[in-house]
Parts: sequence; C-alpha cells; structure tokens
Amino acid sequence: MAPKNGHYPTEPLKCWNKAKEIRQKYYENFATAHERGGLRWGGGAWAFDAIVAGLGEEMRLMTTEPYSASVAFNKELSAKCLEAAEAKGYARDLCSYVRNYIGSILIDKYAFGGPFPHLDFIFQEQLCCSQAKWYQVVSELEGGIPMFCIDLSVGPYHQLNESRLQYLVDQMHDGIEWLQKTTGRPFDDEKMIEAVHNECRSTSTWAEICCLNKAVPAPLDEKSMHSFYVLATLDKARKEVADFYEELRDEVKDRVARGIAGVASERCRVITDTQPPWGFLHLYRYLETYGCVSVGSLYVFGLEGNFEVKEDGTWGPRATPQQKGIVLKDRDHALRVYADWNLSRPQWQHFYNPQLKTDMMTRIAKEWKLDGVILHYNRGCEGLTVGIAENRLGLIKEGIPVMTYEGNMADEREFDEPRARSRVDSFMESLGLERLTTMAHA
Amino acid sequence: MMEVFRDWVGHRHEYATEWKRRSGGRLMGYFCTYAPEELIYAAGILPVRVLGGHEPQAVTEPHIFGMFCPFCRDCLAQGLLGKYNYLDGIMIAQSCLHLRQAFASWRMHVPISYDYYLPMPHGVQSRHAYKYLTAELQAFQKSLEEWTGQPIKEDALDYAIELYNTNRRLLRQIFELRRLKHPPLSGLDAMYLALSAQMVDKAEHNVMLEELLQRLRAEGASARAGNGNSRIRLMLIGSENDDTTFVKMVEDLGADIVIDEHCTGTRYFWNEVEPQPDRLAAIAARYIDRPPCPSKDWPERRRVPHIMTLAQDYGVQGAVLIQQKFCDPHEFDMPAIADALKKEGIPSYNLEFDVTLPMGQFKIRMEAFLEMLRGEELF
Repeated sequence: MAPKNGHYPTEPLKCWNKAKEIRQKYYENFATAHERGGLRWGGGAWAFDAIVAGLGEEMRLMTTEPYSASVAFNKELSAKCLEAAEAKGYARDLCSYVRNYIGSILIDKYAFGGPFPHLDFIFQEQLCCSQAKWYQVVSELEGGIPMFCIDLSVGPYHQLNESRLQYLVDQMHDGIEWLQKTTGRPFDDEKMIEAVHNECRSTSTWAEICCLNKAVPAPLDEKSMHSFYVLATLDKARKEVADFYEELRDEVKDRVARGIAGVASERCRVITDTQPPWGFLHLYRYLETYGCVSVGSLYVFGLEGNFEVKEDGTWGPRATPQQKGIVLKDRDHALRVYADWNLSRPQWQHFYNPQLKTDMMTRIAKEWKLDGVILHYNRGCEGLTVGIAENRLGLIKEGIPVMTYEGNMADEREFDEPRARSRVDSFMESLGLERLTTMAHA
Repeated sequence: MMEVFRDWVGHRHEYATEWKRRSGGRLMGYFCTYAPEELIYAAGILPVRVLGGHEPQAVTEPHIFGMFCPFCRDCLAQGLLGKYNYLDGIMIAQSCLHLRQAFASWRMHVPISYDYYLPMPHGVQSRHAYKYLTAELQAFQKSLEEWTGQPIKEDALDYAIELYNTNRRLLRQIFELRRLKHPPLSGLDAMYLALSAQMVDKAEHNVMLEELLQRLRAEGASARAGNGNSRIRLMLIGSENDDTTFVKMVEDLGADIVIDEHCTGTRYFWNEVEPQPDRLAAIAARYIDRPPCPSKDWPERRRVPHIMTLAQDYGVQGAVLIQQKFCDPHEFDMPAIADALKKEGIPSYNLEFDVTLPMGQFKIRMEAFLEMLRGEELF
C-alpha cells in the first residue's frame, strides 16, 4: 500500500467535557438515588431501560459492563476485585466484566468512590450466556434481591417473524407487571413511550455520528469514540443522552465540513471488532505512530448504534419511529416497536452466525475506506468473540488485511502489551508503513 | 450383555453407516440435547448426537478461538476430519455460545445437504416459552417436510413420542437400581447406556434396555455385592462428559458412581413428553421442563434442587464437579452447587476437563478425594 500523506488539521472536541460530566453525574445519581426517593437497579448495557423509565425519573440504573470497564481501567482496584471473585470460587477464565463486578460487591468498593451502592432490583436481558447468570449471582450476593430477565435469543433480525417478536413483547408485558409488583410503584405508559423515543433517537443519532466517520480524514478516532458511545451504554433512554448525541452529531458534521481530523497524521485507516483491553488504550496511540487510525469498531458502532441499509445500498442510521411518523398509541404498540428496534442492533446478529459479523465488517471496510481490520481475540468476553476465528477467515477471503491479537478487555493479567505492539509492528510493515519519526508520543 | 451398549458407543460410526444401509433412511447430526429428537425421528430420520473423539487435533485452530470449550472444538474436529461423513444433515437447538460455534463452522466448512438452527429459548422459566417453542417446532417440522418431501403425520409423531418416552422410562428404571447399596451396574456401564441412547435407533435400544432391566431385576442386589462394602458412592455433576476412561479410572479406585447430572447422562432422558392433543406443544413442554442446562437455568436456580434430590435419593457420599474448560455457564453454577452440597454434608471436588485428560494427575487427585471421604466414614 502506498503511504498517503496525512497532515490534517485537528482540534479538541467541544463536547468532550460535557460527555465526561454526563458520565460522572450518571454514577453520582445512581449512588444517591435513595436520597431523592428513587431506586437503584441493575441491568446490562442492553437492558430495556425505557421500560423501567415507566416507573419514573428516579429509577437509576447502573449498567454492568461499562461499570466493570471502569473498574478495569483502575488496575489496582481491578486486581483486588478479580482476586476477590476468584477467591469466592468463580473461575479465572469467567467473563472478566463479571469478575470485576462481583469483586466490587465483595470488597464493597465503588469505582467512583465510597462503598458499593447496593441494588434494589434487577431488570436484565439474556443474549450472551453470561448475562442472566451474572445477575443470578449478583442477586444472591446482594441478599436475594428480586430479578427479572428477558430472553432475547430469537434469532437474527433478518429472520424475525411474528412469533419471535411476540415472545419478546409478551415477556416485556410480564416485566411491567413484575416491576409494579416488585417496587409497589405505579407504571406510567406515557413515560415509557417518551423513553422509547429517546432511546431510538440516541441509538440512531449515534449511528449517524459513526457514519460521519466515513469521511477522510475521519473526524473521530476510536479511542475518542469510546468516551461518547459509552453514554448510550449507560442511559440511552434518557433525554439528556439523546440531546447530547444530537449536539455531538452537529459538531462532528462541522468537523467533516471543515476537514478537521481526529488524528492529524491519518494515512491508514483500520477498525477493530470487540472491546479493547480497557487498561491499555494507549495501544491506539501506538497505532498512530504509524499514521494509522482506528476509525471505529463493530463494537463501538453497533453495540448501541442502530443502522439500516439505505436506498443507495450503504449503511446509515436506522430511521426512528418519530422520523417515520409512527405514533406509539399504547403500551403494546410501544413494546412491539421497542422490541423490533432492539432486535435489529448490529451487535446482536453474530450470536447466531459468524458470517453476519463478517458481512458487516466487510461492509464497514468498504464504506469507511479501510486499509485493514484488527481483531481482538478477547479472552474476557465469550459473547463478542464468538465466531471470531471465522471472521478472520471470512475477512481474509474478502481480501481485507487482518491483524489479530490476544488479550482480555478487563483482566490485565491476560494482556501482553509488548507482544501486541510487536504484532502491530508486523501488521504495519505488511501494509507498507513505517513509523512517523516526528511523532513524539507512544 | 453390556457389551452391546459398549460396542454401540465404541463403533458409533459403523452403526450409523450400517443403519443407513439397511433402512435407507437419513441421518441427522445434532449438537445439543435440546434437539427435539421425536420430531426428527417422526420424519424418518435418525438423530445422532455429535460427540468428540478425545484425541489431540489441530484442525479446529483456524475456526474456533482457543478460549472456547474443548468439547465444541472436539465436536467440530470430528466434522472437519470426516468422521461423520455419513450424515445427511445437521441441526442445533440453540445451546450455549460454545457449541453454536461448532455448528456454525461445520455448516460453513463440511459439505452437508441440510442444516437447521432452531432458536430454542433460553428463558425456559418464562410462561411464554411454551407457545414460542411450539411455533418454532412447527417451522422446523415444515423445514423437515420440505427436505424429505414427505409430510410428518400425527401417527408418526405419536409413535416417535412413545418410542422416546419408553427409552427414557427404561433408562430411569435401570438407573434407579443404582440406589441399591450394591448397585447392580457400574457408573461406567450406566454411561454406556446413556451415551448409546444418543446414537442408536431407539427401537433397537429399547429392546436391549428391556432385556437388561429384566436381567438386572432378576439378579437383584447380589449382582455386584462382591465389590465390597467400602466403595464410596459418588455423583458426577457438570458439563458434557463422555469420558469413559475417566469414569473407569475413578471406579477402579474403589468408588461407585451411582448417579450423574450431565447432559450426556441423566439430563438427556430424565423427563418424558406428557401427551397433549397438540403433539408439538407436548414436545415443546418436555424440552422446556427438562432438567436445565445452566445456560438456561435462570433467574431461579432449579438445577441445584434437582441435584440435591438426586444426591439424596442415591445416597451420595461425595460429588465430583466436572467442568469443560472455559464453560462460563457451568463456572457460574459451581460455587452454588458446592455450597448446597456442603450444607448437606456432601464434600465435592472440582475437575476441569479437556479433550484429553492428564490421567495420572487426575488419578492422584481422585485418590486423595476418596481417601478423605473414607476418612470421614471412620469418624
């Protein structure tokens, strides 16, 4: 590959601090929910939080995976949490998010200061084999707190039929009854409908932002995107998050119009696939010493972002019910739309067939103008690495250069940084790139 | 007589090939015991469980990341190595993530004329799972009919249901004899019975089970009384386990494996189809209500009380908790199972299984465990 020149203008993102503030406030609000008459509940980043929003503003969720990633970022705390979980009998090769989270309960330490704020109830979903089991254990560790869990495993979206959709909707109806009975609080359909709209707006707008990264130079790099996508993993159904994404989208659009790059030295574009090793994000900075920018990942795009194929055949943000003029007329209608919306998430598809992930990554490689793909053989997450070896074979078959490295998103004991860097060196060499001598970092 | 069952397991591929030759029927490989075998059998197809070969291999390295369980890699290896070339089709009833990979890679890389992914619900404790799975079975039935070109008639379904129920009933009756102080058959033989049921035509299997049951009843408790009084009554609990070498080694150390809780063992056959006018609804209910795989056992723990009932009924003195390496669902359950056993005064010991086992090391560990159990007996 002939090296491209890449000395683009760049500038800090104006929204950066606001994203940090929303995140910080999110964890504070969770910890202090009881002070405002609210309740604290637990669920994954894919939990149906718009449903719980029907109980009112002060139902404060702490999503497990982002919290566990925050623990992993703090290596000292993470080591204590992992050891505590393992001492309790949980296997060292168990999902590393689970071990960080369970450990945080066991040692009673909150990653954002103080003791672990205990949950009042759990409203989880199950797609990956670890999700419901995770909270089964949490429920027990928290003294038997009530738990409801929705089974999502109805096959890929392109094979969705009425029976499969109805299975989800029926469980959601049961979930609402359960929430009212468990909390003793009334359920307001209007609040839920508003939250469904917010969630659709959040996840569609995030997809729109990801699509803006098709531009050369990319206005955002993956490492920075991690600080933004996370808001959807935390609180996607809240108006504040949906509004923020619109503000961010406008800023990114402006960057594209003015040719502002996420990384000034961009001359090679790649994406990754799953969670990175959270304690070693400077690996992305190492890539940049070659002028290589990761412009996203299937994970950062599709974990929360919702896409659809547009008329011209390319990926764009899925049109929201509001944009289509759909009025959610009652609870059942809202739940059907909500279930359908969630089932089309890109990151849910490969659980059934690795080819679906290969197809999505091949599409991204073409539309985002990539020079290669980096696959993280992530020992910490069965769900998002399922089928990864077939993805490698499939991408190679499509003629896309692929680098793999082995690591763990949230257990630093299973990540060999020098080896990962060495692999980057080899991959860059294979792409015809040498390190940029003027770069001072990494 | 046990030789027949051992031979079926040891020569499973030869059996299947011969069955196909003499019946002219089709063979369907299935990857998880949530597969609705009655429906497949009613279509004139013999369901055959895909199991591993317990031999080192390297063919799966390009296809399955090494942190997924050895069982799924071993199963896929059998396909890639052509050991199951006689299969006409493969199917999976949605299992854990691990085994799904074996299925996915098999259908991508092993030539096969038919494959089917049945999205068996994970939420088996939801009241809506029955209706949902019934609809999925209807779709599967339609797919099978299109493949074979023949409708599946109700009388064929009734026959298959009764045949499978008979098999389950006979296996339970035989297994229940192991409650006796001197079990009339060993844990190894019991494993051969359960494994062969997963690869042999039930019509033939039932005949042999019936004969075996009569013989064991006739021989009574005296059959293995010569084994002595000091044998420890063990239970095996956990992931897939068809490692006959391990079971033989443990029993050679002076233990009787009197019951198990494996998907290759009792979980496979423990409950029957309860008749309903809607046959598919009846089949769906059987699979939803069966003793669960840990990946489907939530939010309530139903597996643990089932294990405790078995342990009590079979007079278990110690339990070996077996887990395929990297199996998250089982890893989640192990601490809860160990705690529950401990509360009832039943010591347990964890072992992590791979495609092949370090038999020398495992022997020492099992000897130590049994020694500890015998020591407890003394005091």
